[in-house]
Amino acid sequence: MNFEQIVAHIKASLGEEIIISTDENASPKAININDENLVEVMDFLQKDNQLYFDSLSCITGLDNGPESNTMEMIYNLYSIPFDHHLMVKVELPREKPAIDSLCGLWKTADWQEREVYDMFGIHINNHPDLRRILMPADWDGFPLRKDYQEQEYYRGIKVEY
Amino acid sequence: MGLLDRNIQKGGIVISKLDDLINWARLSSMWPMAFGTACCAIEFMGAQSTPYDLDRFGIVPFASPRQADVMIVAGTVTFKMADRVRRLYEQMAEPRYVVSMGSCSNCGGPYWEHGYHVVKGVDRIIPVDVYVPGCPPRPEALIGGLLKLQEKIRQETIVAPKAIEKLLEKKAKVA
Repeated sequence: MNFEQIVAHIKASLGEEIIISTDENASPKAININDENLVEVMDFLQKDNQLYFDSLSCITGLDNGPESNTMEMIYNLYSIPFDHHLMVKVELPREKPAIDSLCGLWKTADWQEREVYDMFGIHINNHPDLRRILMPADWDGFPLRKDYQEQEYYRGIKVEY
Repeated sequence: MGLLDRNIQKGGIVISKLDDLINWARLSSMWPMAFGTACCAIEFMGAQSTPYDLDRFGIVPFASPRQADVMIVAGTVTFKMADRVRRLYEQMAEPRYVVSMGSCSNCGGPYWEHGYHVVKGVDRIIPVDVYVPGCPPRPEALIGGLLKLQEKIRQETIVAPKAIEKLLEKKAKVA
């Protein structure tokens, strides 16, 4: 199935308004959806007989900075039997960003969502074990945010060079 | 050693300063702790391999801090790792020595500016005796650092520890 067919299939099954917009320049080609529809759409993409996106290749967080005041969650999907790709993007507000967990659909989402939480501070609703994964548990702030300021000392060790 | 053996076999005695004997024993069996924090550990392993043969200096990696004499901090030390490195150092029995291997553990290396997660020099958490520059240092450089450490131990004395002063004096003379 190519991208147009995938989009048409999703729209036919879940309704026209479920896909806000598409991005043909992204690689793989992307669809934008609303955060409240995420689990519904992902569940459909995973289980549908013609799409069958059985592999969640990657989850990425993105901070668009204080000017645009948005954050994004980007999911890369791959179907092993059908060999087709899809990117799903969700835009979030920069104040108190939160999104539902996909651990119920793909086990691999567990650690990837923890990483996004660790680096961007995007809260994952219903996550089984939402802790920092890379930084120490008592670290302050989220390092990959555009307005991140590193702390001066960590446990008595100077952080700056 | 041949001379020493022969003297003892003849029933003779060997006279030495206790300082020299202790230093000779210490510098001839510097057992490093077998651990590495990043890619420098690969060069550390290379130095232990047959072509470089650290064993000829009596340097045999040991897996426990309790029996180790030297800690070679081989690689990037993150803030998450800092507590562990400090604890390992505290578990070592004295006399203990630290070799900081590679740019990362010397000063943060390539992470000095934007590496929010890296300790900018392992000397911020434990005292360092010898710094080995390089990214990563070749085994020759590491061996050079260990020879430098041997030189430092050779000048120690149980009466008045002045090893560092002597080294600095020597350096001033050369310069």
